[in-house]
Amino acid sequence: MQLDINGTAAQVDAADDTPLLWVLRDHLGLTGTKFGCGMALCGACTVHIEGQAVRSCVTPISAVAGKKITTIEGVGSTRIGKAVQDAWLAIDVPQCGYCQTGQIMSATALLGSNAKPSDADIDSSMSGNICRCGTYPRIRAAIKQAAAAVGGKS
Amino acid sequence: MNAQLTESLSVAAVSRREFLVRASALGGLVLLATSSGAVKAAEEAKKYGAEGMPHGWKDDPLAFIAIAEDGIVTVVVHRSEMGQGVRTGMPLIVADELEADWSKIRVQQATADEEKYGNQDTDGSRSTRHFFDPMRRCAASARTMLELAAAKSWGVPVSEVKAANHEVVHGKTGRKAGYGSLAKAAAKLPVPARESLKLKAPAQFRYIGKPAHLLDGPDIVQGKAQYGIDTRLDGMLYAVIARSPVFGGKVARYDATEAMSMPGVVKVVEIQGTPGPAQFQPLSGIAVVAKDTWIATKARKTLKIDWDDGPHGSYDSKAYRAQMLESSRQPGTVLRQVGDVDAALANASRKLEAEYYLPHIAHATMEPPAAAARIVNGRCEVWAPTQAPQVTRTDISKRLGIPFENVTVHVTLLGGGFGRKSKPDFALEAALLSKAVDGQPVKVTWTREDDLHHDYFHTVSVERLQAGLDAKGKPTAWLHRSVAPTIGAIFGPDSGHEAPFEQNMGFVNLPFDIPNMRMENPEAMAHTRIGWFRSVSNVPHAFAVQSFVAELAAAANRDHRDYLLDVIGPARKIDPESMKDEWNHGESPQRYPVDTGRLRRVIELVTKESGWGSKLSKGEGRGLAAHYSFLSYAAAVVQVAVDSKGGITIPRVDIAFDCGPHVNPDRIHSQLEGAVVMGVSLAMLGEITFAKGRVEQDNFHQYQVTRIDAAPRDIRIHLVPQSDYSMPLGGVGEPGVPPIAPALCNAIYAATGKRIRQLPIRDQLAPAQLTSA
Repeated sequence: MQLDINGTAAQVDAADDTPLLWVLRDHLGLTGTKFGCGMALCGACTVHIEGQAVRSCVTPISAVAGKKITTIEGVGSTRIGKAVQDAWLAIDVPQCGYCQTGQIMSATALLGSNAKPSDADIDSSMSGNICRCGTYPRIRAAIKQAAAAVGGKS
Repeated sequence: MNAQLTESLSVAAVSRREFLVRASALGGLVLLATSSGAVKAAEEAKKYGAEGMPHGWKDDPLAFIAIAEDGIVTVVVHRSEMGQGVRTGMPLIVADELEADWSKIRVQQATADEEKYGNQDTDGSRSTRHFFDPMRRCAASARTMLELAAAKSWGVPVSEVKAANHEVVHGKTGRKAGYGSLAKAAAKLPVPARESLKLKAPAQFRYIGKPAHLLDGPDIVQGKAQYGIDTRLDGMLYAVIARSPVFGGKVARYDATEAMSMPGVVKVVEIQGTPGPAQFQPLSGIAVVAKDTWIATKARKTLKIDWDDGPHGSYDSKAYRAQMLESSRQPGTVLRQVGDVDAALANASRKLEAEYYLPHIAHATMEPPAAAARIVNGRCEVWAPTQAPQVTRTDISKRLGIPFENVTVHVTLLGGGFGRKSKPDFALEAALLSKAVDGQPVKVTWTREDDLHHDYFHTVSVERLQAGLDAKGKPTAWLHRSVAPTIGAIFGPDSGHEAPFEQNMGFVNLPFDIPNMRMENPEAMAHTRIGWFRSVSNVPHAFAVQSFVAELAAAANRDHRDYLLDVIGPARKIDPESMKDEWNHGESPQRYPVDTGRLRRVIELVTKESGWGSKLSKGEGRGLAAHYSFLSYAAAVVQVAVDSKGGITIPRVDIAFDCGPHVNPDRIHSQLEGAVVMGVSLAMLGEITFAKGRVEQDNFHQYQVTRIDAAPRDIRIHLVPQSDYSMPLGGVGEPGVPPIAPALCNAIYAATGKRIRQLPIRDQLAPAQLTSA
């Protein structure tokens, strides 16, 4: 099967029902996408399919063939993704950092559809991503900072 | 000394040496042994901090600092990074004392080697506490050696040269030499004697005490950071394991025919459990080794396994709670006694009692346990997100029968630790599985279900408190019975009693000014693997003590803050040993007394900053709690709003904190922010229950944790400034957690009049719950 990942065609030899997560991690070595629950409950495995945030741990590769897949390794080449990463660094959001790639993917998707999210918007878009270190206040601040950066002077 | 534990040591199948090494991971059980005759000698030369740990400490700059010809300074960090920022903090200390340019600092993670690096058990909130002074000395040694090398090459007295900003300068001639050009010659010089070192004056600090960005930040946000679960080795196979659902159970028989028939499955391997205490050994189970994780996971589902549940097959949380409650109503082993509690209770004008319950909780690190291993030519290499590198290495050596020197443990980043990854059972599994496939690389991954079912769980407890008040409402008697299975049960036969390091987490070592006090510890046997969870026994102890003081204040009709300050009493420095705490986190009682002045100060600070006493709307309330742990002082004010349906939101939390002087204040802030969220999470939602010996929660839909929408919106950190760097450092990672749950419940009481005495809070405020209660 051929997958379009971060703008590159990748040949994959895996069963159709294999979740995208394990193809990315085990077959392609793109380990920035994390395993956290396997049931779309924690958001650590978030990637973009055609710009939408999707949990790769429950997405079989058969469902994404021919679609544009973006992972954390590629999101920095988008304007919003880069702004989000920069805000994350400026505010030093991460603690252990494990969930942060998924957080960044969810935040980038949020800003892609909502240039100036309210606190309620952030709650609803980001509550699928668990952080056990408790970086939530900084995640919220970083999303707002990235939104301001992308939107120019607000 | 705890006689029962001593006795158990002699019958346990572990040598004393081994026990001491293991116990060191507990951050102080070592001191348990110090009053027995057998180790009298050890007592005479009692050492503290890093020097008191099993492999001690030697100042060896060459072990920790390498300077390349291009001037790049590599700092070896021997403590595990799990989000506390140690891979930034340790280099900050070194860079400052070395007079290095921060932009030229790189980090290298040490492999497991305590002979070389000193203790590596990253637990007990002590990396910076133990190694601030030692790392400063290492860097000062290196700086001195660079100065000597420069002076020698110029033929001038060393007193005329000075290291500054990555070069050594000769003031008289203006000659300069960069560190890179001096490094080779400097490394050949003898390491200066400790007494001869001149440490920088804190006023000259360039990095220490100032906020610094994370060195690992760029890798993390780009997905390049390597956690244990990300390990990839040539030809690596992937494994998952079906483990005994009951602790102490084992495989009776199994059939893997179907799994073996699946494409991509390489091998099915039985992992033998070990009889007796859990230690850090793998549980009995059947592993599937396959070409990728998904195939292994699918194949595991097809295994037909009959389990022999063993002695804990009837462990039931409801029944166990009733049993603990019963125990708490009977006298227990007396651990500390002040005055005459019974007489004081008899003479009290009012008596109050309360029982508090806290369930087991799971760590649920976002990176579940995972490790990779390979064995080549009799040498085993392991990559693991471990908080206990040396223990990992030792246990793998023993279990596989490979000489210690032929085992290498690479410490990866940890995707969360919280104490779970102090227990390297998962790394032993990887090594065993590699051995089973002739040394081929194998990575074992725990699914979330595996993680929740087979954690080393935070203890479960009943805390029963009784107090007598005089006519003015002042407490004259305090009787606390703490009932909780002990972590000690994973190391030897179960004593049924809290170990000193558990007792002295805010239960026995209570710095209260009450004339009659008694602390008792009735028996509780462990039926699962009990382990450290961030801040450990401080969680139940602080919850009960700080809730109960608020209950007494309410009964006395007094302001909780004023009442708490009165119960703590005047500012004084208390010798921990006078409170029956001979453990004191392995630190000197003279250097680290319990300072009630500092405890009072954080209470005063947090109440001032949070607007304590100012008016709130209906349904809103503020709650206070303070707790001393890990040699630091923390006080929190939580503000809640409770709606008509009993829904709880937490708009704001203030936390005041005194941990002595600071290295990277931004990481102190972030650790406290995280502690607040974790405290809220365990208070609101955290619960693991057992039925028929099996954990009833499978994944995050059942074991819920706080998410962004329910996290406190506004967390305000108030650090007590400390500019005196001769003052001993306190811990940072854990002490923020204990005050949160009681402060939250005290806030709920202030908002609603409803007293919460059992965690988690969940929907206890819902009208249906209130009417049925």
